[in-house]
Order: sequence, then structure tokens, then C-alpha cells
Amino acid sequence: MKNFRELLMHVVFFLTACISILAVILICVFLFANGVPAMQEIGFLDFLCGMRWKPGQDLYGIFPMIIGSIYVTAGAIIVGVPIGLLCAIFMARFCPPRLHRILKPAVDLLAGIPSIVYGFFGLVVIVPWIQQLTGTGGKNVLTASIMLGIMILPTIISVSESALRAVDNSYYEGALALGATHERSVFKVVLPAASSGVLAGVILGIGRAIGEAMAVSMVAGNQPIIPDSILSGVRTLTANIVLEMGYAADLHREALIATAVVLFVFILIINLSFSAIKRRKKQ
Amino acid sequence: MKTAQSINYQTLGDKMRYYKKHPFSLLAAILVGLAALITVCVLFLLVGYILIQGIPNITPDLFAWKYTSDNVSMMPAIINTLTMTGITLIIAVPVGVFSAIYLVEYAKRGNKIVGLVRMTTETLAGIPSIVFGLFGYLIFVIAMKFGLSMMSGALTLAIMVLPTIMRTTEEALKAVPDSYREGSFGLGAGRLRTVFRVILPSAVPGILSGVILSIGRIVGETAALIYTSGTVAGIPDNLMGSGRTLSVHMYALLSEGLHTEEAYATAVVLLIMVILINALSGFAAKKIQSNKG
Repeated sequence: MKNFRELLMHVVFFLTACISILAVILICVFLFANGVPAMQEIGFLDFLCGMRWKPGQDLYGIFPMIIGSIYVTAGAIIVGVPIGLLCAIFMARFCPPRLHRILKPAVDLLAGIPSIVYGFFGLVVIVPWIQQLTGTGGKNVLTASIMLGIMILPTIISVSESALRAVDNSYYEGALALGATHERSVFKVVLPAASSGVLAGVILGIGRAIGEAMAVSMVAGNQPIIPDSILSGVRTLTANIVLEMGYAADLHREALIATAVVLFVFILIINLSFSAIKRRKKQ
Repeated sequence: MKTAQSINYQTLGDKMRYYKKHPFSLLAAILVGLAALITVCVLFLLVGYILIQGIPNITPDLFAWKYTSDNVSMMPAIINTLTMTGITLIIAVPVGVFSAIYLVEYAKRGNKIVGLVRMTTETLAGIPSIVFGLFGYLIFVIAMKFGLSMMSGALTLAIMVLPTIMRTTEEALKAVPDSYREGSFGLGAGRLRTVFRVILPSAVPGILSGVILSIGRIVGETAALIYTSGTVAGIPDNLMGSGRTLSVHMYALLSEGLHTEEAYATAVVLLIMVILINALSGFAAKKIQSNKG
């Protein structure tokens, strides 16, 4: 009887562990089964490289959205990575423990704020601000980049900080002993030693930026065109889905699911490079 | 660390002279401090702005039991948020904890399934919420015919928070010293008894911190819920009815564009919830540390 119970629970634990495998398989199957036929109907090239998205005229080209996602993500990296990395360096190697006790919860809170609140803040603060500064509509690549740059800050800070803290202290002490200043030791010795961890943080940030839907759709303007400057409106893959899924039908709906497939493939590539970096770090 | 500092101890004057000789070091120090200042300022600006603009907009009417088009009360949304959090956790916590138990306590070393589970959880953790939303829509709403309902939403969210719960539980289980297991086995307890009576109780704070993190994600989620649990503003009669959580409520108010003041008030309530959840998780983290020490 006792053996039976042990065996039963062993099987139960095993089966629950398989649920996450099942979930990923189901996600792949359902997305691809609903998205790929639409891609075939539209034509792979017309879908991926088509310049015009006009569901009314049965034109489904998501190239502008792919470019839009890439622009906005690159913008977020330009805004978020320098600030995030420097802040992580400050937290790991510069700030006194007492200040760290304030900074750490602040960064955690930044990570916990819902994306809809970020979007709202962007809409009522950053958009008018950009409007005044540039004399344009205010909803554009620049605004979305700043918004996303802020949103990926906590990811970059916490991953980079733990990477910097994981560096063996003898590196730092050795540099000091050779006569380098504190700053020089940190930037020239500790930072390079932590570089793969920092890179992992940046990649996680990219994943978060490219997958963000609500906040971006509120501040990016959402015109399905390739932006010609950082002050023109932009639509990302995620915004495309959020905006139109509510009323889409038939091929339009399937084209949106196909958009999600493209997004999913992007994320898979990002994830793979993330785990590749992690594996390299272990070696 | 301490010895290095004391050997290298400098007074402020020493430091200034040093910086004069190494202007780039000064620049680096300034930049680093500035970045930290910017981060904190952004947080204070965001929280401060929303609290200052939002608190005057909070009226008792907004907490009326019924939602009407005149009085866009957020009370139903708050109740839906609590229900949604509850159901999601009821589904996700046992699955997450059991999976972690399998990975840490049962699986043998070099087991291929373990690698596969790790890989898939990492994949799940990286999938954007809008993709989860579409997946939930396709499988729960359409294929399983649950319709736009709290159940569809909760199932979608459960898959979404599963990686968080699994990872934190795994870490908590690994932190339990092996001597506990050996002691329990030595006293004649079976594996199952050891897991439930000895290992799990000492891993509770760690598991709790994962649960709190998950609650934060559930409360803040919008994109995954719009097309799974729907945007109906009332409290559904049962789990098969559609209902919107506070975040979705705020999104709906903003996209209607008529209720900016109420949206401010909703943002305040959301922010306060998130701050409380964060404080709680900080408390749990401290508890873990003191357990270790």
C-alpha cells in the first residue's frame, strides 16, 4: 500500500513536470496551425516583405511592422542599456550598503509596475513632453523608445548587477594593487569579466522590449508604415495584434495570428541566443 | 573586500587629488552616479505624478458595487482581479511546486526529461504576454469552447506564471540542506513523507516569494487577458462568464477615451496594489535570509 502511494505520487510529480513541455508544444501547434495557412494563402513573401497592411483591400504585408519592432527595440536598447548598465555598476561597486537598501527595492518596484500604467504615464507625460520639444504629434519612434527604455531598465539592472557581483573580488583587488583607480579597476577589469552576464541581461531586455504590447500601442502612433525619421509614427508587431484582434474576422484574423507566429519565432531566436550565452558562461 | 578597502583607504582630499590626476575616473564616477539618479528619478516621477494626479480623483462612487455607464465603478474589476488571482494560483501553484519537486527530488542526474523541462520553462518565461493571449484565445476560448471567460483567462495566466513558480520553488528546494533528507531517510521515512513533512515546510518562504512575484504579474497583466477573459465590466455569475480585471478595466477606460480621471484613479489603486505586493515580497526575501543565517 505504501509502495503504491510512493509510486503514484512519483508518477504524478513526473506528469506535472511534463505540463510545461506540453504547454510549449500546444502553443507551437496552435499558433502554427492557425497562422501558417494564412501565410500560405497570402504568400510567404507577400506576407513577410509586403509593404502595405490594408485589411480592407486584403493586403497583408507586415514588413513595416517588423521594421517598426526592430526600430523601437533598438531605440529602447540605446536609451536603456547605458543607463541600466551604469546604474548596475553603481549598485554593485559604488554605492554604500545603506543606499543600496533604497535602490534595490526601487528597481524592484520599477519591474513590478504594470505595463498599462507605464503606457498611461507615457501617454500623459512623455507624449506631451515630446510634443512640446519637437512640435510634432508626440506619438512616434522616439517616444516609444524612451518608454521601452524605461521599461527594460529593471531587467538590465538586476541581471547585470548580479553578474558584476559574481565576479571574483581578487580581480578587483589585483587591479587596485597594480595602482589602478577604483573606477579603472571596475571598468577595465570587473566589467569585462562580467560581460557575458551583462550581455544576457541585454538580451533579456531585448526580449521584453520586442514583446511589449500595451504600453507601446499607446504611445507609438500605430501607423502601419516604415518610419522615415524618429519623429514619425510606428506600429510594432505586438501593437498590430492588440489593435485589430478585437474586430478581425476570417483571413484578417488569421493574418494577425500569423503576425504572432513571426513574433514567436523572433522570441525563440532571442531565447536560443540567451541560453547559448548562458552555456558559454558556464564553460 | 574589507581588507582591500582599509589598505586603500582615502580621505576626501586624497580622492580629489587622485581625480585631478585621473580625470576619466572622475567622469566615470559621475556618470555612474548620474545613471542611478536617473533611475530613481524616473521611478519617483512616475509614482509621484500618478499619485498626485490620481488621488484627488478617487471618489467613494468609484467603489460602488455596480458598474454603470454613468459611474464607471472599479469595484467589480477589483473583485474580478482577486478572483482571477485566486483561480490562477489554485491551478499554477500545485503544478509548479510538483514539477519543481520532480526536478529536484525525484529526477536522476542526467535525466533527459529534466533538460527538456528546463528548456521549455525558459522558453515559456520568454514568450510575450500578447502571444499567450492569442494562444489562450485559440485553445481555451475557441477550441475548448470556454468562450471569453474568467476560466480561459485564469488558465492562460496559469501557464504564464508557471515558470516563475517553478524556478523559485526549485531554488528553495535546492537550498534545503541534504542533511535534512538524510536525517529523514535515516529515521525510516519514505521519500514522499520526506518531501511533504521535511523538505516542503523548510522551503515555504522561497515558494511564497515565487507566489508573490506571480501575483504581481497577474494583477498587472492586460495583453493576455483582453482576448481570453474579455472586457465585460460586471462581476460574472460563474467562472464561465466574462469579467475584466483592474488592468483591463484601465485599458478599457483609456481606449474609450471618455474617462481619463477615472483612469487616473484606477492607476493609483493598481500602483498601491503593486507597492504592497513588492513590500510583501521584500519581507519574504528577508525571511529567507534570516532562515539561512
